[in-house]
Amino acid sequence: MSLHIDMETKNDVLLLRLSGELDHHSADVLRAEATKAIETNDIRHIILNLEQLDFMDSSGLGVILGRYKQIKQQHGEMVVCAISPPIQRLFDMSGLFKIIRLEPTEEFALRVLGVA
Amino acid sequence: MKNEMQLQFTALSQNESFARVTVAAFVAQLDPNMDELTEIKTVVSEAVTNAIIHGYNNDPSGTVFISVKIEDSFIELEIKDEGSGILDIEEARQPLFTTKPELERSGMGFTIMENFMDEIDVHSELGIGTTIRLRKHLAKSQMLCN
Repeated sequence: MSLHIDMETKNDVLLLRLSGELDHHSADVLRAEATKAIETNDIRHIILNLEQLDFMDSSGLGVILGRYKQIKQQHGEMVVCAISPPIQRLFDMSGLFKIIRLEPTEEFALRVLGVA
Repeated sequence: MKNEMQLQFTALSQNESFARVTVAAFVAQLDPNMDELTEIKTVVSEAVTNAIIHGYNNDPSGTVFISVKIEDSFIELEIKDEGSGILDIEEARQPLFTTKPELERSGMGFTIMENFMDEIDVHSELGIGTTIRLRKHLAKSQMLCN
């Protein structure tokens, strides 16, 4: 199973819904598509909906951290929502929640960034 | 009952998914719970990714070797490459340490392997390659033994 990326833009917020598996192989695809969307749409904030993500490893952490650094330059914020317990463990281990906000659902995440 | 299997494949990122799914299918006969199965899939993914990116520097002429042994509640995984080897193993195992930040590597691979398995041995020689051995006892079978 590979990664499917569903992208939606709301003002300066890029909403990424990921489904399938995010590993080293699929991280390259996500990096390319998200970077292009951020640059062409003047994106400041990112919401990552991980509800349908079945698998992730440290390559996923790397590509997420990379996009965080990208929007940090625009003083933007990253919000992760609907995360599953196994993937939350990886975030906890890496300390990513010190810089990335966690919300229970996409609706909460959209509201936090003022685009609900 | 002892059981084992070996697997070898081209060092291509497409094979990361193949490797973790195949190992998970093999260890499924020990009836691991969902958390344990996810942990095993994740560590296979980490070790195979390291072999491809660091061992072989993304050169697909390399081969990755996996061996899995199972007995009762016990799993031993061995993931081997014949690539460049690790200069400083202690440094490589530090959380967030990476030699390839330009590739957006998180430096969390070894930390995840250490957290998800009971034991890890790393053997590496420059120019010869790296072998990672990972061991884990499954909780449910352990309870049955007790």
